[in-house]
Amino acid sequence: MADAQSLKQLVLGRKDVQDMSDEESELPPELMTVNMGPSHPAMHGTVRIVLTVDGEKIVKSDIQPGYLHRCFEKESEYATYTQVFPYTDRLNYVSPMINNVGWAMAVEKLLGLTGKLPRRAEYIRVIVSEMSRMTDHLTCIGASAMELGAFTPFLYFLKAREWLYELLEKISGARLTHSYARVGGVVKDLPLDFEADLTLCLDKIDPVIVDVEKMLLSNKIFYDRVVGIGAMSREDAIKTGCVGPIARAAGVDYDVRRDFPYSVYPELEFDVPLGTTGDCYDRYLVRLEELRQCARILRQCMRQIPEGAFVVDDPRVAMPPKKDAYNTIESMIRHFKHIVDGIRVPPGEAYAFLEGGNGELGFFVVADGTGRPYKAYCRSPSFVHLSTASQLIHDHYIADVVPIFGMINMIGGECDK
Amino acid sequence: MSQKVLAALTAAFPDAVVRTGSAHDDETAWIKREELLAVATWLRDDPAMAFDAPVFCTCIDWIDWRPVGRPVSEHWSETKPRFTVCYQLRSVAHKHRIRLEVELPEHDPRLPSLADVWPAFNWQERETFDMYGIRFDGHPDLRRIYLYEEFVGYPLRKDYPKEKRQPLVRRDDLPVNPLKAPHARHESDNK
Repeated sequence: MADAQSLKQLVLGRKDVQDMSDEESELPPELMTVNMGPSHPAMHGTVRIVLTVDGEKIVKSDIQPGYLHRCFEKESEYATYTQVFPYTDRLNYVSPMINNVGWAMAVEKLLGLTGKLPRRAEYIRVIVSEMSRMTDHLTCIGASAMELGAFTPFLYFLKAREWLYELLEKISGARLTHSYARVGGVVKDLPLDFEADLTLCLDKIDPVIVDVEKMLLSNKIFYDRVVGIGAMSREDAIKTGCVGPIARAAGVDYDVRRDFPYSVYPELEFDVPLGTTGDCYDRYLVRLEELRQCARILRQCMRQIPEGAFVVDDPRVAMPPKKDAYNTIESMIRHFKHIVDGIRVPPGEAYAFLEGGNGELGFFVVADGTGRPYKAYCRSPSFVHLSTASQLIHDHYIADVVPIFGMINMIGGECDK
Repeated sequence: MSQKVLAALTAAFPDAVVRTGSAHDDETAWIKREELLAVATWLRDDPAMAFDAPVFCTCIDWIDWRPVGRPVSEHWSETKPRFTVCYQLRSVAHKHRIRLEVELPEHDPRLPSLADVWPAFNWQERETFDMYGIRFDGHPDLRRIYLYEEFVGYPLRKDYPKEKRQPLVRRDDLPVNPLKAPHARHESDNK
């Protein structure tokens, strides 16, 4: 018998729990430090969290972003205003169109072109922005659900996202890095039959949203993992700078599209969904409702979009048509100056903002009269939201980090710039 | 609407406000840095102002400032402040915005931190410190945020070359600096 006991001890490397005295069998009371990330399957981007845990409860956390820092601002200072568009694609790579439009709006503000764009250009911008917002929300909900073990919503939503990406590819020529907007409008007109394609796409997406809603709304596993997790009060959401679906889930009635209307949003009818508790469940509900509102806006746009030019008729900012560039010397020179020198923006500084997938996305640009920005700053909502995550995961279990980070929808590219 | 804010701010702090402007519809007030904390607290607490939501904090480095088509007197020179730190604020209730700008000299780039007034500026100020080397007095945790602690210099300053590389990798093939190597070999080790 004694032999069996010592053998057991040899295999286990310690005494068996039954053989321990009460003192010995207690768990060590010290706090433990655990690294989560930077490359963790349940993290949306590359972010490192140093957790100090008491058992499984988080007592302290240090969130360290920056693993995806690609010097957006420094690179922009050396690029012409048009060359910055590809960089903005890579900020929030789930909804690049909104970044494109945001950058264009900032430069237009400095040029004094705000509100002077052709109406068709504004409508096209709203259409592509709302499609991008849909892809953003589809990815966020799908991925968050998958991280909690619900794989089917992820597949359904990514399928729906792919339909939208196909359309965006038809518009811009690229599936993900569109670079579609330009200062003064967009790069080219919508393709033929776009209206029919989009209507068909939206009609296909509607039942997918219903399906996923049915799957998650009454799902006890999902419900238990998200209700009451990562809750944030309205006051906290305001003073920590939260915007977008996260702030709206906490009851902050703020949507840039409605409160500081830009483009043609005043002509469109949509509702701003609000939550009450500010927990992960409300964030999910807000995003789900926003998907429907996006579809509603898109349908209105397709009805109201006028014919006309897709870029402002201003030789300072618009590229000459290709036909002219090849056939007339003036247009050739203009084309050349446009590419080499860039758009000359008068000296000044301006902050332009719009409603991105995650909330108020803004660009603060300082111009010095040359074709390149003197300073380009991006106010990325993900960065601000991530700064609150440390508070949100406090006193939760390690497993709760996953839904909280999923519903914050931290996009590495946008957060780390 | 926001012109009212600038007027009220100037009336409340006539000594703190250096000048105001509203170019491109962005209401901006230049504040003396000694008064920044008082102005910020007032803007947050006064019910007519109620700037409860912070938007962003960043910095502009003026050292290369030579705007096209403007007289040389507007260019940056040694006598002018090199940095401008910008704080953009928003009011949820009144839906107005304001930008506070604080000018800082090159040799002493420090100003009081607003992280205690609006918690969102905690990380934003860390970012500004990381990129521009601005010191925020009273900041609870002023560390680099995007870059690693061993990084030398401040990359978004205009005098930091764009091509400069500072990879954080161990290079065993490079000659070791004998002064820095912790266990520098001594000749006697070879015996």
